[in-house]
Amino acid sequence: MENIIEIKGLHFSYESDDAEKKPVEVLKGIDLDIKQGEFVAVLGHNGCGKSTLAKHLNAILLPTEGTVIVDGIDTKDNEKLFDLRQRAGMVFQNPDNQIVSSVVEEDVAFALENLGVPYEEMRRRVDDSLKAVGMYDYRLHSPSQLSGGQKQRVAIAGIIAMEPKCIILDEPTAMLDPQGRKEVLATIHRMNREKGITIVLITHYMDEAADCDRVVVMDKGMVVLDNVPAKVFSQVDKLKAIGLDVPQVTELAWELLKAGCDISPEIISEEECAAAIEKLFNS
Amino acid sequence: MLRDITIGQYFPGNSVIHRLDPRFKIIITIIYIVMLFTGDNFLCLAVGAVFTFGAILLSRIPLKMFFKSVKPLFIFLIITSLINLLFMSRGDVLFEWKFIKITDEGLTTSAFMVIRIVLLIMGTSLLTYTTSPITLTDAIERLLSPLRKIKFPVHELAMMMSIALRFIPTLIEETDKIMSAQKARGAEIDTGSFAVRAKNLVSILVPLFISAFRRADELATAMECRCYHGGEGRTRLRQLRSAPRDYIALAVTVLFLAAVIVLGKLF
Repeated sequence: MENIIEIKGLHFSYESDDAEKKPVEVLKGIDLDIKQGEFVAVLGHNGCGKSTLAKHLNAILLPTEGTVIVDGIDTKDNEKLFDLRQRAGMVFQNPDNQIVSSVVEEDVAFALENLGVPYEEMRRRVDDSLKAVGMYDYRLHSPSQLSGGQKQRVAIAGIIAMEPKCIILDEPTAMLDPQGRKEVLATIHRMNREKGITIVLITHYMDEAADCDRVVVMDKGMVVLDNVPAKVFSQVDKLKAIGLDVPQVTELAWELLKAGCDISPEIISEEECAAAIEKLFNS
Repeated sequence: MLRDITIGQYFPGNSVIHRLDPRFKIIITIIYIVMLFTGDNFLCLAVGAVFTFGAILLSRIPLKMFFKSVKPLFIFLIITSLINLLFMSRGDVLFEWKFIKITDEGLTTSAFMVIRIVLLIMGTSLLTYTTSPITLTDAIERLLSPLRKIKFPVHELAMMMSIALRFIPTLIEETDKIMSAQKARGAEIDTGSFAVRAKNLVSILVPLFISAFRRADELATAMECRCYHGGEGRTRLRQLRSAPRDYIALAVTVLFLAAVIVLGKLF
């Protein structure tokens, strides 16, 4: 598989308005490659730089040092800016603050209107995207009539309409109720599976990360762990040291291992955990 | 409680008036205003009234709603008629008491003015009753688009209006939340003297503004992410197509205007 995102030696500092203050370095040398079609979760607690990293993936922020290449386009290349943003769509945390129009279908069309897509093509893509996220029946509603999860799905539809190769979601479920979270996550997973869209999911929910292909853990502006979920979560000590929790089942297995039981610490789902404990009893 | 506020007072429907192209509706409304102000006798006004009530009937919106639209301007109407009544000194005196002098011409002028204003309000309400705010914004943008040649920011203005409309419900909800939060902290918002309440309003406005700025910032980023770069080369999902009925409606309006002009000249 080809790399869709290539990050090399990425440093980023926020310039302070106050000239005497030193610029705050948020990202301190990140190297990360993401393959086409991968579902990657980026974990980290507040202030670790994960949102800043996300904003580099479609040139909302530009590196102070190093390069970010998305689908062969350097994010510093200003001439291909719209090309880049079309290929790497972004969904934000607050569903209210990213919906532009008072009618659902017009909001989904917003990016296409900006790109000058002709009417017939636009109509088709808007309808297809709304159907893909299961919001077609609400196409003429006003966003204020929708629940948080529905609004977030509309926001996703607005990105899918651009037919991107990659979607970056910056804590899309942080403001949603459990039902909304479930809806949104199911939608993201389906987009990944059915359309082969690369997903970069920024989150601080461990259980969301457990369902991904790969987990990248960030701390203080650096990548500290990068592996499949089971391998990442089995490093309970390391995760706890940087202030992250592990899924309950992983922690249980880890405690059992510490107590001397013969159990693998690479457990991330309840089924796996139940099976392992059953085996433990039988042996 | 704030949730009940409706903006633009749009009554969804499917009547002929609802289905007219909003661009035509705006032009027709302008012609209608001209029509009411060119006619200077009661016959002209009668023609205007026929046009108004005909359109209201076609819109299938209850007449009651149109009387409601006049209500907030009731005091204004009374003042207008009183001024005309008291300060018109021409004509035969009908009634005199101390400095008050009412003439027959004063009486007719004040009646004329009141009817004209009532018709004006009812007719223009029809536009907002039958056109959703977002469609209206769209139509204004397109009607003003020739002004782009003289560098007038038509698209930007329309975008600002439509975003404002989009965020009204969101901000109302937010105001509700902030009010509850401040009440829970003991702020007197519904009770207390006017001065106290006015002072406490600050405790609602400050957080509301801060949050509005944050929203604006996030929305701008989200719009950039979706390749927004102004009005240049934009296509639209919402298509406005004029149908024969739009031209018929326009022709009928022009005919009424002509009738009013002719009647004004004859009598």
